[in-house]
Amino acid sequence: MLAVRDLAATRGGLRLIEGVSFDLLPGQALVLRGPNGIGKTTLLRTIAGLQPAAAGTVDLPPEGLAYAGHADGLKATLTVTENLTFWARIFGQSDIGNALEAMDLVQLADRPAQNLSAGQKRRLGLARLLVTGRRLWLLDEPTVSLDRASVALFATAVRAHLAAGGAALMATHIDLGLDDAGTLDLTPFRARFPAAGQGDGFDEAFA
Amino acid sequence: MSIWEYANPKKFMETSSWALPWVTGLAVASLLSGLIWGFFFTPDDYRQGSTVKIIYIHVPSAMMAINCWAMMLVTSLVWLIRRHHVSALAAKAAAPIGMTMTLIALFTGAIWGQPMWGTWWAWDPRLTAFLILFLFYLGYIALWGAVDDPDTAADLTSVLCLVGSVFALLSRYAVLFWNQGLHQGASLSLDKEEHVADVFAWPLWLSMAGFGLLFLTLVLFRTRTEIRARRLRALEARERMA
Amino acid sequence: MLALLLRDLRLATRAGGGFGLSLAFFLIVTVLVPFGVGPEGGTLAKIAPGILWVGALLACLLSLDRIFALDREDGSLDLLATAPIPMEGAVAVKALAHWLTTGLPLTLAAPVLGVLLNLPLPAFQPLLLSLLIGTPALSMIGTFGAALTVGLKRGGLLLSLLVLPLYIPTLIYGAEAARRGGEGLATATPLLMMAGITLGTIAILPFAAAAAIRVNLR
Repeated sequence: MLAVRDLAATRGGLRLIEGVSFDLLPGQALVLRGPNGIGKTTLLRTIAGLQPAAAGTVDLPPEGLAYAGHADGLKATLTVTENLTFWARIFGQSDIGNALEAMDLVQLADRPAQNLSAGQKRRLGLARLLVTGRRLWLLDEPTVSLDRASVALFATAVRAHLAAGGAALMATHIDLGLDDAGTLDLTPFRARFPAAGQGDGFDEAFA
Repeated sequence: MSIWEYANPKKFMETSSWALPWVTGLAVASLLSGLIWGFFFTPDDYRQGSTVKIIYIHVPSAMMAINCWAMMLVTSLVWLIRRHHVSALAAKAAAPIGMTMTLIALFTGAIWGQPMWGTWWAWDPRLTAFLILFLFYLGYIALWGAVDDPDTAADLTSVLCLVGSVFALLSRYAVLFWNQGLHQGASLSLDKEEHVADVFAWPLWLSMAGFGLLFLTLVLFRTRTEIRARRLRALEARERMA
Repeated sequence: MLALLLRDLRLATRAGGGFGLSLAFFLIVTVLVPFGVGPEGGTLAKIAPGILWVGALLACLLSLDRIFALDREDGSLDLLATAPIPMEGAVAVKALAHWLTTGLPLTLAAPVLGVLLNLPLPAFQPLLLSLLIGTPALSMIGTFGAALTVGLKRGGLLLSLLVLPLYIPTLIYGAEAARRGGEGLATATPLLMMAGITLGTIAILPFAAAAAIRVNLR
């Protein structure tokens, strides 16, 4: 479903990680690990196509993917239902009932997003994934500000997604209890700062 | 041997350091000879007196103000299409020079216009067009200054330069239309080329060449500075990573 | 696409959406002018088309930085960029939403303010027409400027600096149409020129703006 080959990602013109290769098949989940600043977010954004890859290729499923970053893309003055309906329609879907139920938002459906707690907002942001109808999920720290019960809720949703033939690539420090989730430690892929004459920087031409 | 070889910063630095003294010398020589010839060895105009001699600064600077934008347009396109850093940096280096040329043209025009038309400024189409060009330079330079990441800045300013060029042309024609609407046939005509006699023409050609070479000198010089600054930035980033 | 348009309209009309602010600004600017130039009807009638156009243009400028900045802050822009709608389309829809919430109300309010400024009677129709044709161009150009500056923390001032020179042709033809109408001259030429600019900007600028947004997101 997702094939990453020899990918190199840059932030602010600097190469952070390079040589990342992995495959993600339907039903699989892969957890990215590594210390802060190693480039987990950068890698996810590169795979999502938000920034160009410095090297390597990314093969995505033809219908695209669903990306969830640090921000949830919620509008404070819209209600939970309105927020969710909007994203469902952007992705060509219409049913949001399941997503509300799965993330335990039914009670809050008519509340404006500005009146939600941080954890509730996060749950709404994750419910957005369910209404995209995309098989591939890219998740950047999905469990931030979730309590224990909500994490379990989210883990259930991910399991259901995988069981339905979906796949998930996520950066997280919390063990979601996914049975056969693979782990990819990014530490070995940290870009060695390029010696003169190689790399993608502006100055290699001075070699 | 292709022209793109000079897009390599190293090659560019080598070639420009070799060429810079020659271009500088030529610029100084043609500027000095053109201006001295024009100022001291041409007769006064029978109608305009000695004020006409400002033409040797006014016309070449106005010409370079426009040519500079054209050069920025070309280098921006080269950056967007071929991603040569030197090209984007050359555009960045040229902008303040172009803006200065525009200012010189505006100021010398005002100084010339005062005794001729009795006013420092008139909303003549050509004057207005230059004022608008100045605003475009201002926005372009401000955008370069506002964006931190050099590649992002290069991309954004290049897009602005392309769109700006279209709108600059639109403004030029809109201003022509607008002024006719105001004045019902402009009484102030700036069509100088028509009545420039041969005695004035040769020094004018010389100082035009001088301004062109001066522009080239400054662009080369400033592009070298930009390349060095960019290289410094890359080295510093590397230090931080190591 | 329609969903995006409806959301933007809904956001603009909800509390804190800023709908009506530009309209109020337009009103205040127009009311201030007679205090500045004096209440004499002839003078006002002469400058009314220009004042109304400049006022509409400035009012339009006021709400530009909201177009993308809010979406970028809350992450919507990232999500939109990975959504299955093309960024060019999203940009065009956002420009349309800006026009519906700013340009159109300004156009409709202009005749009322024209009365305040003693606008000559035959100028009303060309003024209305020129605003109707011209304000979409203002929104589209402004959207392009907003796309250029979306990555900046405080891009508002820079946005004005970039956008205002681009407004010059539209302003010239727009005010000229209204002025000619007031003097009983033919208004077809400036109106057609302005229609050309509007159509051209709608055809080209979504691509330039989308490119700028992609650059700013990375």
